[in-house]
Amino acid sequence: MPFERRRHRGKPEGGTRPGLALRLAALGGILFLHLPLLFIVLYAFSAEDKSFVFPPPALTTRWFAVALEREDVRAALLLSLQVASVATVLALFLGTMAAAAVWRSSFFGREAISLLVILPIALPGIITGIALRSALNLGGLPFSFWTIVIGHATFCIVVVYNNALARLRRTSPSLIEASMDLGANGFQTFRHVIFPQLATALLAGGMLAFALSFDEVIVTTFTAGQQATLPIWMLNELVRPRQRPVTNVVAVFVIAITLVPILLAFYLTRHGQDAAGSGR
Amino acid sequence: MDSSDVAVRFDGVSRLFGEVRAVDRVSFSVTDGEFFAMLGPSGSGKTTCLRLVAGFEHPTEGRIFLSGKDVSDVPPYERNVNTVFQDYALFPHMSVQENVEYPLMIRKLPAAERRRRAGEMLELVRLPGFGARKPAQLSGGQRQRVALARALIGQPRVLLLDEPLGALDLKLREEMQVELKAIQRQLGITFIYVTHDQGEALSMSDRVAVFNHGRVEQLGTPAEIYDHPRTAFVAGFVGISNLLPAAVAERIGAGSRSFSIRPERIHMAAPTEPAAEGRCSADGTIRSVLYYGAQTRYLVGLDAGSELTVVTQNSDASGLRAAWSAGERVRLVWLRASERPIEEGVET
Repeated sequence: MPFERRRHRGKPEGGTRPGLALRLAALGGILFLHLPLLFIVLYAFSAEDKSFVFPPPALTTRWFAVALEREDVRAALLLSLQVASVATVLALFLGTMAAAAVWRSSFFGREAISLLVILPIALPGIITGIALRSALNLGGLPFSFWTIVIGHATFCIVVVYNNALARLRRTSPSLIEASMDLGANGFQTFRHVIFPQLATALLAGGMLAFALSFDEVIVTTFTAGQQATLPIWMLNELVRPRQRPVTNVVAVFVIAITLVPILLAFYLTRHGQDAAGSGR
Repeated sequence: MDSSDVAVRFDGVSRLFGEVRAVDRVSFSVTDGEFFAMLGPSGSGKTTCLRLVAGFEHPTEGRIFLSGKDVSDVPPYERNVNTVFQDYALFPHMSVQENVEYPLMIRKLPAAERRRRAGEMLELVRLPGFGARKPAQLSGGQRQRVALARALIGQPRVLLLDEPLGALDLKLREEMQVELKAIQRQLGITFIYVTHDQGEALSMSDRVAVFNHGRVEQLGTPAEIYDHPRTAFVAGFVGISNLLPAAVAERIGAGSRSFSIRPERIHMAAPTEPAAEGRCSADGTIRSVLYYGAQTRYLVGLDAGSELTVVTQNSDASGLRAAWSAGERVRLVWLRASERPIEEGVET
């Protein structure tokens, strides 16, 4: 039976079964990428709070309670959630508009604008960070919650824009004409035709944006004032540790909060491909 | 013409894209209830004219009137005109039912009435019971019908069809031709039908406008267009072209004007056939023979220069007589009355 199953699975892909060396290499790559994460999760349960010893002398869930009790952890978590939410909403709005503009109209400098929108994700964060800091200083704006949001929005827009544009390009322009032809004005056409086409792409883009914002460090260090987002708090904590496992507990939070949206986004866009259709 | 029975009127309409005149000073009227075809090769301006009626394009010059009202600057959603798109443009996230109900949903009609009228429309296009399906689950011909139902449910004064049968296979296309014509007669709506297929245009329409280079070359009934082509382009684009230049016409004693003649009007005879009163004849050699079952098509090279296509019906019961074959000498004979002089100076 297992033999039958294997043949059945392998054939339609048209490929042969990978050799042993290839499978070992793949396994090694996956371990290299994910083993450190497992250690972080493991040490969140360690009973030893001064140093990392392997294996942990005993396991406990006490640090979760401690972490949630600590005021600085709660403040950092709340700030990160707020920043990520606001930056995502901002990115959804601006990214969709930019994608629609680039898709529907052709104007002088369209390709340049397209590149400029995508640039922040290609540029090293440190460049974006320094540029924003200088600009904010020049504008005389005090560093605050909103400057962090602006910093995060620069790269959050990109993922929304890319997702929305890819979906729009798979959408037949005659759908919009058909809607207008059948009596719908611009707003009704957006609501009944364009938005349903975009919905899963926007959800996926929004989740990726949220995850990106939630664990961002570099741009945040340049645009934050006294506030510490969760990743910044962790960085500070590593330098001056008080209760080591608490840092690991927070890292587990970050993993959970970023992993779930990313997996959902992956799932949504994978199925979105059949749903979007070509309009035919 | 009384303006009350004119559905669409173009008055000196031009549409420029940059330097290109896609539509060039076009004027015509479409009568209410007419089946009006716009025929032409791709890039001739017929689709742009359709989009001008729908409101997706606006004229650079001239005015467009719908039922006597100037709509040159009216957006598509305020025009009582609906379109069947070439790619159908069904909304993929909606069911067939929702697609057909869309215009009524936009007008905020009560759900019960929407459902009833959508049911009637699906009945009309012979797709009852398909309401729950998604467009992706339909065949090309079925999507076509859904697009038609959706365009008709709002009871437009004019229905625009942009090469609606282009994506269908031959059998289905012929079926749909008959059906479209029947639906048009039943509803009494004006149909404006864009096509590059001369067969479709001739068989379905009340009148045909032949487009070329953004202009209307000729406008008339299918019989007028076929039988009295005014220009060399129309003679060539509609039906088989048999165009004799003035020099050749003179050599065979057929006057001094260039003319066109339809291939089925030419009689093919042995070279010994005597000339008769009111007829014209020319000798030549058969260059090729194409057998089509019901007909045979011969290409004959004339001694006087140029070539003529001759179509003979294979209707003779004893038709097993050896047909003409390539290389044979023949005499082509036709009635002088079958010659159609071509306007000079408009050749393309």
